Amino acid sequence: MTFVRSAPEPVLPPPPRGRDPAASSTFGSAANIVTTLVIAFFAERSLPHFLAWAFTNGVWRGDAADCRDAGACWIFLHEKAPFILFGIYPEAERWRPLLVVSVLIGLTLWTMPHRHWTRATLLTWVVGIAGSLLAMAGGVAGLTPVPPSAWGGLPVTLLLTVLSLALGFPLGLGLALARRSRLPLGRWLATGTVEILRGVPVLTLLFIAAVMAPLLLPDGMRVETFVRALVVFTLVSAAYLSEVLRGGLQGVPRAQMESAQALGLRRREVLLIVVLPQAIRKVLPPLASTIIVVIKNTSLVMVVGLFDLVSAGRVVLNDPAWPMPYAETYLMIALVYFAVCHGVARYALHQERVLGEGGR
Amino acid sequence: MTILDIAGVHKWYGDYHALRNVSLRVDAGERVVICGPSGSGKSTLIRCVNGLAAHDAGEIVVAGETVSDDPAALRRIRTRVGMVFQDFNLFPHLTVLQNCVLAPMRVSGLSAGKARDMALALLDSVRIAEQADKFPGQLSGGQQQRAAIARALCMQPEIMLFDEPTSALDAEMVKEVLDIMKALARAGMTMLCVTHEMAFAREVADRIVFMDEGQILEVADAQTFFTDPGHPRTRVFLDKISL
Repeated sequence: MTFVRSAPEPVLPPPPRGRDPAASSTFGSAANIVTTLVIAFFAERSLPHFLAWAFTNGVWRGDAADCRDAGACWIFLHEKAPFILFGIYPEAERWRPLLVVSVLIGLTLWTMPHRHWTRATLLTWVVGIAGSLLAMAGGVAGLTPVPPSAWGGLPVTLLLTVLSLALGFPLGLGLALARRSRLPLGRWLATGTVEILRGVPVLTLLFIAAVMAPLLLPDGMRVETFVRALVVFTLVSAAYLSEVLRGGLQGVPRAQMESAQALGLRRREVLLIVVLPQAIRKVLPPLASTIIVVIKNTSLVMVVGLFDLVSAGRVVLNDPAWPMPYAETYLMIALVYFAVCHGVARYALHQERVLGEGGR
Repeated sequence: MTILDIAGVHKWYGDYHALRNVSLRVDAGERVVICGPSGSGKSTLIRCVNGLAAHDAGEIVVAGETVSDDPAALRRIRTRVGMVFQDFNLFPHLTVLQNCVLAPMRVSGLSAGKARDMALALLDSVRIAEQADKFPGQLSGGQQQRAAIARALCMQPEIMLFDEPTSALDAEMVKEVLDIMKALARAGMTMLCVTHEMAFAREVADRIVFMDEGQILEVADAQTFFTDPGHPRTRVFLDKISL
């Protein structure tokens, strides 16, 4: 039997989809109703306490005496914020760490849009980081010298993060490539390095760098604690980044490399222009996670006597004039970390969307 | 004038003898189609021409340059040999135009403006100039393959290799790619083409090479190949495929 259509089938809208998903996940099933009630119960119990502590009884003006038997001691933060942010850096010179923080944050924001991913931006970063280190250390252009042991707070956190990521990324890429190489020695060495660095707690590595390194270095050679900590963070980030990147490199089809080679591109160009951008795109979620872990790991430097944001916070709490407002101080530090880490996460999500547009 | 000379080439994959003493000479301007069953070594042979696969014995000379494992010599050869793949292999993170200007700028050292002008002209000649700023993933298979042809042509190659360029295409898109290849043949391009499109071979090829089990079994002009094949295996092959 033959069939030839004479009139087209009408194009229809889909049938109604049932209840609103937000409503159904709140009250949709017995389990959801119980969960909702439990959450509501605890919120009802704790939220008024928190609000009373933070706002109704919170101390927004006055001095240390007003904080006795009161709620949140916000004036403490107002008073101590410069120290938490800049640590034991000489007070008269605080404009220098402030400048460094502004430059690092400014550069990061500037680098975000794709159209700014240029050689000039890369160069600006190199100059910006070198300038930041000089500005912190002083001893040039009439700036008072300030040794890294006296640096503190947010600039230490940011400098350690930026430097260990900037140095760790190429190193990690090298390790990832070595692990995929045809030479057994390179593969073996890279695998060993990565496994050792991942298999030992960062805290232990920091202690090794702080305590054991002086024993290994030749007599009279002293390396700043800041540099030793930086070496540890760089190696650890390299190890984690290398595994993330290796995963990405494995996901790029061999044919991509071949078609780039067939056009006459050099090995380096094939890697940097064709393979790596595709590899990174495939591993953006774990890459963002790794970066966030690196940022938060920097808070471990307090064990080797460096003053990052967290350790500066601990120091101000020791001021006997104040009733030790732990919660307020750690809340503030938590907010700074959250702002930075959440920013990284949002940016990675945004990149996933932007880069995904052209993707297969 | 000989532009490609393949002489006594052998290739092994492990213990498997993939190319067995293959010799083939191609003149400038000649269109050669290589056909044969799968696994006969057709793709391996053309991948040896630009060094994507390394041959183990014998000699391949492309436009006076011997194929070896020297990276500089290989790059010189690859700038003169264009290649089109079965799966297009456009770079998915770059636009069509960026795909086309990449090698001319990086390898041939063309200025951005010149590379762009040439790429747009070539994209126009494969009739997808209006897709220049799209990403490969936004194009149909036929459009992607035409873009890949334009990308290869942007290096102004002296010889073009095609590795089953229509095998991954929907039936409706085969013709648009074959039409471009026919136009290229008419323009005098030297072409070495692995394909199962026998109608195309009959229309375009100066010579047809039939391969099986890593050997060349027969080389003949298109007329002889289809009407009076010499080797019994060729006859079996032609009987089995529908023309």
